[in-house]
Amino acid sequence: MPIISYKQALNDAFAEEMTRDESVFLIGEEVAEYNGAYKVTEGLWKRFGSKRVIDTPISEAAFLGLGVGAAMMGLRPVVELMFWSFAYVGFDQIINNAGCVRYMSGGLINVPMVIRGPANGGTAVGATHSHTPENFLANTPGLKVVSPSTPYDAKGLMISSIRDNDTVCFMESTLLYGNEGEVPEGSYTIPLGVADIKREGTDLSLIAHGPAVLTSLAAAEILAAEHGISVEVVDLRSIRPLDEETILNSVAKTHRALLVDENKPFCGVSAQIAALIAEKAFDELDAPVTRVTALDAPAIYSFPLEKIQLPTADRVVAKALSLF
Amino acid sequence: MHEGEQAAQASINKALIPEQKIAALRDMLRIRRFEQLSLKFYQQGKMGGFLHLYIGQESVAVAAASLMSGQDEMITAYRDHGHALAVGMSMEECMAELFGKATGCSKGKGGSMHFFAPDKHYWGGHGIVGGQVPLGLGLAFALKYKNIPGCALAFLGDGAINQGPVSESLNLASLFDLPLVIIIENNGYSMGTSLARSSSIKNYLAERAEGYNMAWDTANGSDFYELRAKLHHIMERARKESKPCILEVATYRYYGHSVADANAKKYRTTEEIEAYKANHDPISLWQEQLLKEKILTEADIEKLDEAAKEEAAASVAFAEASPWPDPASIFEDVYSQIDQGTHFFS
Ligand SMILES: Cc1ncc(C[n+]2csc(CCOP(=O)(O)OP(=O)(O)O)c2C)c(N)n1
Ligand SMILES: [Mg+2]
Repeated sequence: MPIISYKQALNDAFAEEMTRDESVFLIGEEVAEYNGAYKVTEGLWKRFGSKRVIDTPISEAAFLGLGVGAAMMGLRPVVELMFWSFAYVGFDQIINNAGCVRYMSGGLINVPMVIRGPANGGTAVGATHSHTPENFLANTPGLKVVSPSTPYDAKGLMISSIRDNDTVCFMESTLLYGNEGEVPEGSYTIPLGVADIKREGTDLSLIAHGPAVLTSLAAAEILAAEHGISVEVVDLRSIRPLDEETILNSVAKTHRALLVDENKPFCGVSAQIAALIAEKAFDELDAPVTRVTALDAPAIYSFPLEKIQLPTADRVVAKALSLF
Repeated sequence: MHEGEQAAQASINKALIPEQKIAALRDMLRIRRFEQLSLKFYQQGKMGGFLHLYIGQESVAVAAASLMSGQDEMITAYRDHGHALAVGMSMEECMAELFGKATGCSKGKGGSMHFFAPDKHYWGGHGIVGGQVPLGLGLAFALKYKNIPGCALAFLGDGAINQGPVSESLNLASLFDLPLVIIIENNGYSMGTSLARSSSIKNYLAERAEGYNMAWDTANGSDFYELRAKLHHIMERARKESKPCILEVATYRYYGHSVADANAKKYRTTEEIEAYKANHDPISLWQEQLLKEKILTEADIEKLDEAAKEEAAASVAFAEASPWPDPASIFEDVYSQIDQGTHFFS
């Protein structure tokens, strides 16, 4: 199987979907002539032209709203946010319009749009550029939220998201763009709402999404090699819809759950997973549900500290050991 | 020639047959009677939330709807009942929506501010001031993308023009050459704030178009012919040349910002309101015009008005008799795949 980067996997997904469906177009800041701030859309403007790959001025509210309006009319916009952190200036368009129009119209109007871009800390750009708003978005019934951790998942989930009839908020990571992995040639889909067991184990479930999946896998290695603990790593892949079944099955098998989350802890994604386990798998637990999340402060700039503000394999290992 | 006569002579107005002129009056009357009755039942506690009445401004939505080609799109803010009826939504579905009933146009899920009828090219009904304008931009974008020779009409108020996303949208519409027709319904107030207290530009709000290399014009909202002539001109340009523009319409609302506006007469004088009703009422003026043209008699007008009242009363009866939405419906219409049963997680 070909080995390609996460970024290339996304790029292939766009190219394949744009070839398949005339109604798919890409829009955002620097996506066309500049080839994308992170080169995720590289070459697509040259290939598909200015009608399908559209540069905008720095007007997130207007071009997010443009996407919603165009989607209401049946087009399939893929709107790039240079950073998900910039979504906040256009939040009204995402939450009130993309998120609520279907409901408020009694189902008469669909908004088949993808909003995508990186949503991660860890790159020493300070608080304004390091947000992970998946919890805000997932708190909005009407929106879907996905966060792939591998090139394979990135492509399959992107194709599903483009074909989805609702708005999908697609959270990528600048730190994953360069990662390589096996990706089959041609189109394939990964359904939204299906988690993936990235490593099987019997003693402890680490449950994560996005870059925290890789942190969890690294921690699992250490726990196995140095402590003889068999760890299962559940990659949520999709935060809303959420694959409750896979989470609960894993907890029923290992009886211990540790949630690893780059989102902030307060009302964050991990809080939702913890509530789910408490409600539906309480009797399975041999230890309290615990979490390793971003430390609860705005993202710090100073890079040695930023590294420890986000979940690290060491923090995960230490927390895991406390459960036995 | 007097300006009003000139407008009447515009080809788009000369092309009107008497039935169409009567239909315009009928639509204006229907909006007024519908809203007056909705006010009555709002005050009886039959409706929740806000009720923003369009009374005084009826000519604007009716003129615009009368020019829609079937390939044009319309979107507006929360003062949306008039536009909804003008594009052909039924009083019944609208009244039932106000009553929160399952038979409402949005199954009771939208309420007064959120009426939609995509089959009639009507995209709402939006509650966040100015938030509908980027959507209008998207409607115009989709028309151009699909090579449909239509235009998108995006309505907003004199207060909404001050929202950032509106400015962003003006720039994008002009930059991308989109067939977007922005219609500012300038009724002089945004809630209790007069124009003088909200806009740094003292002549016309539409002048802001110049900052975006965009054409603009103004129209007298109580003159139906003028409205149609000016709208037709810019809608044609949008359709044929794919150019956006702003039309600022001078109009006036007779009631408070919403029915809940207890200060309705504090930020403006009763004399001001009465002067508008007496001298600028779009319905009275259009009636006079049709009498002058001998298209209708006083008795004919009376009949139209009675019919509008009856239709409104029937819509209330329909709404009253309609069931509340089933509690299970709270979870419907959130996600398309769940509704279609094609999603395996719900
Ligand atoms: C973002 C936002 N801010 C404030 C409000 C509250 N609000 C509703 S209507 C309104 C006044 C708008 O006036 P204008 O645009 O002139 O329209 P009109 O009511 O006169 O039709 C305000 C402040 C809102 N709905 N949305
Ligand atoms: Mg106003």
